[in-house]
Amino acid sequence: MAAAGSPRSAPRGLTGRAFKPRPAANGAGAGAVMEPRAPSGTGRPSWGLLLARGHGPLGFSSSSQLLPPENADPQRTAFLLRKQWTLYSVTPLYRFSNAHLRNYSRLLSAFIAAERQKGWAVEVGVELDIKVAVSSLPDLKGSDQDHAAVLVEVRSLPSPQKTSQEKRIWSGWFCCVCGDDFFENMPEDFTCLPLFLANGAESYTAIVGSWFQKTFDCCFHRLAISPLNLSWMAAMWTGCKVDKTASAMELIFSVPGLLQPLDISYAIHPEDAKALWDTVQKTPGEITQEEVDIFMDCLYSHFHRHFKIRLSAAKLVKVSTAIASAHCDGIIKFLQSQYLIGVLRLLTELAISQIQ
Amino acid sequence: MANCNGYVLLVKWIPLPSYLAKLGNVLSFSRIATSLPLPSEGDHLRPRIDLIVFMIDIKSKYSLRNVEASLAYVDASFFLGKVCFLVTGVGRLNCCSVEMSAIWKLREVYSSPVLFCELELEGIRVATAQRLLRMLEICAGLIPGVSALYFGSLMSSSANY
Repeated sequence: MAAAGSPRSAPRGLTGRAFKPRPAANGAGAGAVMEPRAPSGTGRPSWGLLLARGHGPLGFSSSSQLLPPENADPQRTAFLLRKQWTLYSVTPLYRFSNAHLRNYSRLLSAFIAAERQKGWAVEVGVELDIKVAVSSLPDLKGSDQDHAAVLVEVRSLPSPQKTSQEKRIWSGWFCCVCGDDFFENMPEDFTCLPLFLANGAESYTAIVGSWFQKTFDCCFHRLAISPLNLSWMAAMWTGCKVDKTASAMELIFSVPGLLQPLDISYAIHPEDAKALWDTVQKTPGEITQEEVDIFMDCLYSHFHRHFKIRLSAAKLVKVSTAIASAHCDGIIKFLQSQYLIGVLRLLTELAISQIQ
Repeated sequence: MANCNGYVLLVKWIPLPSYLAKLGNVLSFSRIATSLPLPSEGDHLRPRIDLIVFMIDIKSKYSLRNVEASLAYVDASFFLGKVCFLVTGVGRLNCCSVEMSAIWKLREVYSSPVLFCELELEGIRVATAQRLLRMLEICAGLIPGVSALYFGSLMSSSANY
C-alpha cells in the first residue's frame, strides 16, 4: 500500500481510519474524512435554487441559482439517469424541423449502413442490423422558448433466428434548457440546441455527429469543464436536499508534474458537507463566487491540516455528489431525476459560453 | 518553471554589456522567492530591488492565495510602478482554477499592470522576457525621460480600452 508519491505516513482521520493518497495506477485512493460538525442551527430550508441570467467569462454568472425540484415525468426520463454521458457543444442547426423526424431517422439509418459498406466496423465479427430512431422529448426544456429536446437512438434489430429484444446500443440527445437569452437574435431558420450528450461507442458518436454536421451545417465540440466550474457544481449540488440517504460527496484531484501522476480522492459525508455549506451560504436562493471560494477553502484547509497536502495547488478533475457527478473531460452522470433540469441548465450555460 | 506556486521574482539591474544575449534568460540578474517576507538574515547583503514580479498560475488557486499573502509585506513605495503581476498558464483555459475577477481586483487594488503569458511556449516566453526586461530598465531609471510611475500609469490607462 505504500505509494511512491506519498512519503508521509497517514495520520488518523476523525473517524480513526487511516487514509493515504495513492498513485494513479487504477484511479483514486480512498480518503473519507468526516467534517467537524459545524453549527447549522440557522434553520434555513435548503430547497433548490433558480439559475439566474448573465454570463460570466467562464460560463457561470457570478451569482447563480439552481431549479427547485421538478416534477418532470420520471418514467420518460428514467433511462437518462445513472449513465455516463459525454458532453458536446453544438452550434445552431440550420433548417432542422420537428416535423421531419421520421425522415431524419431514415436518412441516418441509410448513412450508417453506407458507412458500414465502406468497411467501417464497430465490432469485429458481429453483423448487426440497426435501426435509428429520432424522437422528441417535450419534457426536457426549461422555458417555453426552448426547443424541445431531440433524442437519437441507434438500436440493434433482433436477427430472425434469435428471439432477443431490440437493444439500444447508442443514444444521444440534443437539448437546450433556458438558453433563450443568448439566442434572442437568432435568424428564423436556425434551431438552438447547444448541448449534446452521447452514450455508447465513440465510433457511433463520430458517425452521427458527422451526419448532423453535414446535414444541418453545425459544429460539434467536446465540452470540457474547468476546475473552477467543477467547484461551482460541488457547492451548488451540496446545497440541494435529497430524499433518501445521500451518497458521500467525493472530489478527485490530480497532481501533475510528479514522476508518477498522483490521484487524490477526498470523500466527505454528505450531511457534514451540507452543514458546512449552510453556514457559508448567506442568501438562500443565491450563490456568489465568494461563498464557493470559502466553501472550497474550508475543505482544502481541513485536508491540509490532516495530510499536509495543499489541494488548492492540485487540479480538481471530478466532483461526485448525490445529485450528479461531473468529470473535467466533459462527462456527466445524472443521479436524481428531480434535479435533472437544474443540472441541464448549468450544462447549457457552459455549452453556450463555449460557442460564444 | 513548469510548476508555478506563486513565485515572486525580484529583479535588480546589473549593467551587463551583453544583456541582449541573455534576453531569453531574465533569471541571470534576478532572484526567485516562494513567498514574502524575505528572510531577514540576508538583509545587509541584499542589493536594491528594482522590480517585483508576482507570478500567478491560473491552474493553481494556491498561487493566488500565496501572492495575496505576500503582497502584505511589500513596502508601499513599490506600488508606484515597480510591481507587476504575471499570470501564467493562460493557454489552457479548460484547466483554470482562478477566476478572472480575482485578477482584475488585484490590478485595481494595487494599481499595477497585469501581464499574461504561457510559459510552455518558447515564443511567448521570450516575448514576455523582453517585456519584463524593458520594464526593468525603466524601473532602474536607465531610460532617460521615463520614470517607473509614468510607465505604470501608461500601462493602466491602456489596459482600460
